[in-house]
Amino acid sequence: MVAFTLNGDPVAVDVPDDATLLQALRGPLGLSGPRFGCGTEQCGSCMVLLDGKPAYACTLAAAAVAGRQVVTVEGLGTPESPHPLQSAFLAEQAGQCGYCLSGILISAAALLAANPDPDEAAIRRALDPHLCRCGSHNRIIRAVRRAARQMQGQGRAA
Amino acid sequence: MSKGFGAMLPGEDGRPRLPGSLHLNRRLSQWLAIHADGRVTIKPGKVELGQGILTALSQIAAEELDVSLSRIQVQTAATPDSPDEAVTSGSLSVQHSGSALRHACADARRIFLSVVSQRTGVPVDSIRIVDGSFFGPQGEIGSYWSLADAELLETEASPDAQPKLPSARRLTGTSVPRLDLPDKVFGAARYVHDLRLPGMLHARMVRPPARRATLTALREGPLPGDARAVRDGNFLAALASTEWDAEAAAARLAARAEWQAEDSLPEQSVLAAWLREAASRGKHSVVQERSNPAPAAARTIKRSFTRPYLAHASIGPSCAVARWQGETVEVWTHSQGPYNLRADIAKTLRCAPERIIVRHMEGAGCYGHNGADDVALEAVLIARAVPGTPVRLLWSRAEELGWSPFSSAMLVDVEADLDAQGNLIGWRSHIISNGHSSRPGRGKDPTLLAASMLADPFPVHPSINPPMAAGGGAPRNAVPLYRIPALHVATTRLLEMPIRTSALRGLGATLNVWSIESVMDELAAMAGADPLDYRLRHLDDPRAADVLHKVAAMAGWRNRTKQEGRGMGLGFARYKNTGAYAAVIAEIEAAERIFCRRLWIAGDVGEVVNPDGVMNQFEGGAIHGTSVALLEQVRFDRRTVTSDHWEAYPILRFSEVPQVQVELITRPEVPFLGAGEATMGPAIAAIAAAIHDALGVRPRALPFTPENIAAAMDAEA
Repeated sequence: MVAFTLNGDPVAVDVPDDATLLQALRGPLGLSGPRFGCGTEQCGSCMVLLDGKPAYACTLAAAAVAGRQVVTVEGLGTPESPHPLQSAFLAEQAGQCGYCLSGILISAAALLAANPDPDEAAIRRALDPHLCRCGSHNRIIRAVRRAARQMQGQGRAA
Repeated sequence: MSKGFGAMLPGEDGRPRLPGSLHLNRRLSQWLAIHADGRVTIKPGKVELGQGILTALSQIAAEELDVSLSRIQVQTAATPDSPDEAVTSGSLSVQHSGSALRHACADARRIFLSVVSQRTGVPVDSIRIVDGSFFGPQGEIGSYWSLADAELLETEASPDAQPKLPSARRLTGTSVPRLDLPDKVFGAARYVHDLRLPGMLHARMVRPPARRATLTALREGPLPGDARAVRDGNFLAALASTEWDAEAAAARLAARAEWQAEDSLPEQSVLAAWLREAASRGKHSVVQERSNPAPAAARTIKRSFTRPYLAHASIGPSCAVARWQGETVEVWTHSQGPYNLRADIAKTLRCAPERIIVRHMEGAGCYGHNGADDVALEAVLIARAVPGTPVRLLWSRAEELGWSPFSSAMLVDVEADLDAQGNLIGWRSHIISNGHSSRPGRGKDPTLLAASMLADPFPVHPSINPPMAAGGGAPRNAVPLYRIPALHVATTRLLEMPIRTSALRGLGATLNVWSIESVMDELAAMAGADPLDYRLRHLDDPRAADVLHKVAAMAGWRNRTKQEGRGMGLGFARYKNTGAYAAVIAEIEAAERIFCRRLWIAGDVGEVVNPDGVMNQFEGGAIHGTSVALLEQVRFDRRTVTSDHWEAYPILRFSEVPQVQVELITRPEVPFLGAGEATMGPAIAAIAAAIHDALGVRPRALPFTPENIAAAMDAEA
């Protein structure tokens, strides 16, 4: 049994030692936001926040997060109470198929928490671990800038 | 003509002509339903691939019915009830499905209005519709919802229905937000990957070590948990209650499988030579020829261009869920063509198609015939071992990049003649390629990967090309849009297929547009003309000229200045010569390798249903093209594809993506044209031209890597 905090709530899940965090999140924990893309830390689809830092859930053993804080895209916000990034992605229509967006939103949230006013180069650097095949990159960059402006205006931390 | 293409090109069948897919699916109730609670369901047979089609189709329906967009629900395509719109491909969804829905909804509106008019005595011309409610001079007299039970849509569409005039449209032509995007930014369960059915098991495939391999032995041994093997000939899979056990079991089975493997792939280092050699055994055909009077050629140039195999490289590996119930099987899939997939599953199982129910769910972005159909059959085959139990099969990254169909390697030889004034007067070209379609549902044998691996296997036929009337395959866009008196375009389709090929965004246009545009640039230089002016003087189509003028203005083409290590180039095409117009200017930086820094795009898709959606597609296609231009090539040894991970098959990342500016010329009076594939070829062509501007060398082989550019320099030296 592995116990940790998931999107603010305590959870405990019974998975074998070799199960990954992604398998635990998508399996017994019933989430759909973190996505399987490659299983080898090359595409970023599975990215979650682990104690506030982006981490690849596809290679991380579930057992390794015992006692730690895990946040997925579901934990950033909801339709009723969206994270400024989620609102900004909708405002900029930043996506096509959307498969990559869960992971990108996570890395963007970590970036804005560390750097409230990133320039375009900093955003591109922070998102470079993420692949997007549909070509929504520029819209995504604009959405992150929009969210940064809004969060600065509100004085909200990520 | 085979079924799939037949749906694109309904023949003259003696019935009154109806627009788009309505012609072959004529009952209004196939397309929409009106509910007493104030909702409208539309039922397109086209599917969401990430391109935003469901939003555009919802806009069209809401427009014609005069209801608010929020009342529209989309019923995703499924057999047997959805209209058979064949495959969601070829940038044809607004033409096929949008035209059909526009007409069907206009007809529904006409029928409801006439019934209300008869019942109330208020003339049709005096009735206004406001968000689905009907108002006469004295006030409200009814609504769609009050007549929802009257079965008014159980009728064939009338050819007399009159969709709104362009001037009366208020919702189409506006950038309403995508209906699918909220789910996607909140991580909601929307993809087939997210489908969880009670008692669902998980499966993983075990792949052979070579394209040509026979499973000679599978050693016995324990498997983790409740895992079991499912085998049929060379088809081998692991099945378990949990994903981790399925993956661990597949790894153990792979270690215990003994394969007799053989070389069957060409030598990658001499791929172009292999194409020429295989073409000697291929099927030659003339694509188009004309021989109008022309002056004698003053000069002739001969050039050759090649491109490697390309991968779809979807971000999410292919996935499907299947469940047998007695003699029937239900499969949830991100296939582009539910009916076509059904046909090939039926052929594989040797059963009636009616025993198979295919339900579409979204997958990760789809850019053509990827592994979606293959994984669906595989899930069906595995689930047969556990009747009544749903089975979810997910491909690995290695399978997605290594076992999906690829876009064929290609080669084109071009000869172009100039007269004494530098005018283009003759064009001869010959394209060598495998076919660009092995989509399911069209041949006598199934084309799905697993069908050839069973103990009782089906033969694998070389892929084919769609007919030119449907845009062609390898020769797509091979006939220049430019005015050329004498022309001969031919192609040779290979009849051997060591690497399975099928449709990928643009098909042959990715090579053909670039080769035409590269030769045009050379001819312009020989004629002492600017590339823009040279194109304009060979174009008769004012819409083509308009996008070229527009992109030139956007990029400041006329006033461009030469900068060290930088270059600008221009590319243009009308997709399939019948679709959307796109002109692209690229700015590149030549450093340790080539980086594309900016793209300017001007487009014309006729009537625009959703401008932001079209711009998103134009930009996405151009970024895809940039990735193909600079990075992408499938790598293989003599046995198998080796570029089966992202390091071996890199695609463009955030740090390398160019800034993109898109502007559209909207023409509400003329038919809409699909946007998804229009910019890829012109973007590649523009990047190649910009490389010449920066380095003085014209690339001859995709991708434009330092190695391929150096080879072009050596060849010119």
